[in-house]
Amino acid sequence: MFSYLLRRALYALPLLLGVNLLTFLLFFVLNSPSDMARMQLGQKHVTEQAIANWKRQRGYDLPLLWNGEQSFPESLSETIFFQKSASLFWLEFGISDSGRNIGADISQRMWPSLALALPTLIIGLSVNITVALLLVWFRGTGVEWGGQVLMVALMSISSLFYIIGGQFLFGKVWQWVPISGFDSGLNAFKFAILPVLIGVLSGLGSGVRWYRTLFLEEIGKDYVRTARAKGLSELQVLFRHVLGNALIPILTGVVVVLPLLFMGSLIMESFFAIPGLGSYTIDAIAAQDFAIVRAMVFLGSVLYIIGLLLTDIAYTLVDPRVRLS
Amino acid sequence: MSRSLSLLCLIVWLLTGCGPIPANHPYPDREWRSNTLYSSFSERPKHLDPARAYSANEYVFIAQIYEPLLQYHYLKRPYQLTPLTAEKMPEVVYRAKDLSILPDATAPDAIAFTDYLISVKPGIDYQPHPAFAKTEVGDFLYHDLSDTALAGIASLADFEHTGTRELIAEDYIFQIKRLAHVKTQSPIAELMKNYIEGFAEFQQQTEALDAMALRDLAMTGVEALDRYHLRIRIKGKYPQFKYWLAMPFFAPMPWEAVAFYQQPGLSQKNIVLDWYPIGTGPYQLTENNPNRRMILSRNPNFHGEAYPSEGEAGDLEAGLLADAGKAMPFIDRVVYTLEKETIPYWNKFLQGYYDASGIAADSFDQAVQFSSTGELGLTQDMRDKGIALRKVVATSIYYVGFNMLDKVVGGNDAHARLLRQAIAIAMDYEEFISIFLNGRGRAAQGLLPPGIFGYVEGQDGINPYVYDWVDNRAKRKSLTEAKALLAKAGYPEGIDPDTGQALILYLDTPSTSSADRPRMNWYRKQLQKLGIKLVIRGTDYNRFQQKMRSGNTQIFMWGWNADYPDPENFFFLLYGPNGKVEHGGENAGNYQNKQFDRLFEKMRVMDNSPERFQLIQKMQALIRRDTPWIFGLFPEDYLLAHAWYGNIKANLMANNRLKYQRIDPELRATLRQQWNQPARWPALIFGLLVLATAYAAWRRYLKQRER
Repeated sequence: MFSYLLRRALYALPLLLGVNLLTFLLFFVLNSPSDMARMQLGQKHVTEQAIANWKRQRGYDLPLLWNGEQSFPESLSETIFFQKSASLFWLEFGISDSGRNIGADISQRMWPSLALALPTLIIGLSVNITVALLLVWFRGTGVEWGGQVLMVALMSISSLFYIIGGQFLFGKVWQWVPISGFDSGLNAFKFAILPVLIGVLSGLGSGVRWYRTLFLEEIGKDYVRTARAKGLSELQVLFRHVLGNALIPILTGVVVVLPLLFMGSLIMESFFAIPGLGSYTIDAIAAQDFAIVRAMVFLGSVLYIIGLLLTDIAYTLVDPRVRLS
Repeated sequence: MSRSLSLLCLIVWLLTGCGPIPANHPYPDREWRSNTLYSSFSERPKHLDPARAYSANEYVFIAQIYEPLLQYHYLKRPYQLTPLTAEKMPEVVYRAKDLSILPDATAPDAIAFTDYLISVKPGIDYQPHPAFAKTEVGDFLYHDLSDTALAGIASLADFEHTGTRELIAEDYIFQIKRLAHVKTQSPIAELMKNYIEGFAEFQQQTEALDAMALRDLAMTGVEALDRYHLRIRIKGKYPQFKYWLAMPFFAPMPWEAVAFYQQPGLSQKNIVLDWYPIGTGPYQLTENNPNRRMILSRNPNFHGEAYPSEGEAGDLEAGLLADAGKAMPFIDRVVYTLEKETIPYWNKFLQGYYDASGIAADSFDQAVQFSSTGELGLTQDMRDKGIALRKVVATSIYYVGFNMLDKVVGGNDAHARLLRQAIAIAMDYEEFISIFLNGRGRAAQGLLPPGIFGYVEGQDGINPYVYDWVDNRAKRKSLTEAKALLAKAGYPEGIDPDTGQALILYLDTPSTSSADRPRMNWYRKQLQKLGIKLVIRGTDYNRFQQKMRSGNTQIFMWGWNADYPDPENFFFLLYGPNGKVEHGGENAGNYQNKQFDRLFEKMRVMDNSPERFQLIQKMQALIRRDTPWIFGLFPEDYLLAHAWYGNIKANLMANNRLKYQRIDPELRATLRQQWNQPARWPALIFGLLVLATAYAAWRRYLKQRER
């Protein structure tokens, strides 16, 4: 397994380089270093000299990808791309164009994102699986039909509606929880209830339908008939045998998103004023802060690759037939 | 057992809330009756270094912490400067080239330099700060931090010891040197080169140097005469310089702060001067998390200041002088929470969890309404809550500009001028304000908004090329008159004689979102009334700026927010040598009129006087006639404040307003409790639903077992 993981890690290097290069090109097609300087220096009294000073101070006075005035290897290294990208590979994110340490900001903002995303994932997964199994249990009855209609209705509603409706109902009309906000430690609980509830509810429709399909596929298989023939109750069959065998596709969907939980949710965090990483990248794009954009895209790619690796490892745990080689 | 208990607790909590403090209280319970003001920020500030900050959302914080030499009187209008840390208003001395002193009445052309002689009040101390902490033998405790010492430091509050020292004149000098230092990247550095003697030379001299080296190098134009006296020498005469002295750019900076913050280990933790202010003002930043919350707390070393005992007419009746002579500040803490969306903010304001609010478009109808007489007032719901509305016309202007270099709409020939005048009449800004701003604005009659010296109300102040004075009010000229002007301009019924088709004009704008589309359609329709086809060229902001710089536009929209309450700060936007294309200046329309430029050069160096007033009227007349801009509108700011929030008076120039304001925490706690009673019945219904579902499942289970 170790050699497999090492090989995958080495494959990741050119992939990350490619992602980095693509981000760089896309960003600088839309924004020039002078545009970035103007954005940082504000709207008033900005002269060409001030822009030149800003670029020089931040290292944006170099050529983008190739420095024709230098000989190799400086022709590659004395460029904005190299200077701003190389350190990412040892996870040094550097200083943002507005002067803040990006690593410190990320480590500060990822915890609120996790505080929201992790319970949403765990509770959501448990509720989705339980409801899906219950619908399978009630299959062929009015409960299943009603449940199906309800799930289709739930998945047809925009997530923004859940957020605004949830804030209106639970925060404004019933006044059970704060409409928005965040606090640290245990005090975060009362702020997290509503976003987590909304997160679970908004994912319920599609989640339940997906898991129900998986379970229905399993329930017609021979081993289920054997289990029933052994005299097991339907609930035991469902929760012990069907669930166990449906774990591979469930894991595929879940484990891959685990590392990305750090990255937060843009809309949810924005509406609930949760100081997570959700809006960090979007704010940086709006502010033309390339340093943050490249760091976040890079981090997202690394986390995604880690997610895929974890999925592979998880396969071996839930299905002994799978071997990594 | 424990599960049942937890469930019972949850049910009790849902049904009854948590006792006297409502369950939806978004702050720690200990703050329930505290003297704390709650506000928010929607975008994190970029800079808190007074040499770099230049936005309103940055001044909200630093203006309460840093104290420049002067400030604006909180109550008096028109805006008036008063000393803050200065003992009195600066003494102004004019000098000839040989530095000999000139009499006050000397013609501006003969003045080579102006000296501002300022004395700083003694006995003002900085806030407690680790940068000042010293050992018993007098060495700085934290100016040379080791890696071990840095390991336990995550924020400024983690430093065990703090110290302070007295504010001295040298701190102001050091800050001016920082403004010039290239590495500081101050947005006014290039501007100040034109005014402060020796500034440009100092900038060149220090380009490669570290910030600490600035202390030992002299700038010819600035000098600390002794511990409490300083001199700033300006090139020529520039009376507006006194306004700059009231801006945070000219706040004092102790060298110890720079020495402390420049340690690399601290910047790795985001503990930098740009994020951790160090001032002498009434507040200090005690929590600094721009990703979540910023907290200002009383500065225990604040030198003290009394609430003003004079104001303008009506202030006494409005209760604004009730605290006259009392020691400020009145509020202990101010909590600013990151709140990106307007809907949650508005709902929390209605619940009493924010003390004041603007009015977003979504909540406008809920907050204000027009009476049968057309007057704007609060809705009954707002009045029932005791909320008060305060309105003020901003010292800003939103305008539509013509590129005067364009061969169709630009230039000073009669045809182009008539075309511009016709368009100015057709663009019905009263309608625009009514449709898009819910009436929150005033159609501009010229360049100067109300409150700025030279502004004229009434018949004498109207733009006679666009308005007539009818029934005691300005009435926009008719479309017939606009069409007549258009015909005279050579475009009868809007037809371009060169093509025989409708004249096509181009409006460049960075407003490209779907929300902007109705506005763009409105502009199109205004010109359609004249038979002119307006093509909207939407582009991103970078390209738009590029177009403006290269003069590749025809018509554009722009705005300006005044730095200081002087007409010069508006008229310079049309001064020829400030043309954007040729000189990279702020004259975005590249307007050139020698007569206007001459008048401007004369007006800008004059103190306010009847003669200056007359010059301003002449300048207004010229630009109204030439119409390089359609003057657009002056926006109106609306502020809603709860009954417990007092001493609020709109002051668009003063950024340090917080120290004057007060709240009544007892009244707030009482009203919050009244307004936030959790509903109990939904919990019961939810409970019943859960029980019904569980019962159905149980029945099913039993049935299956029976089978």
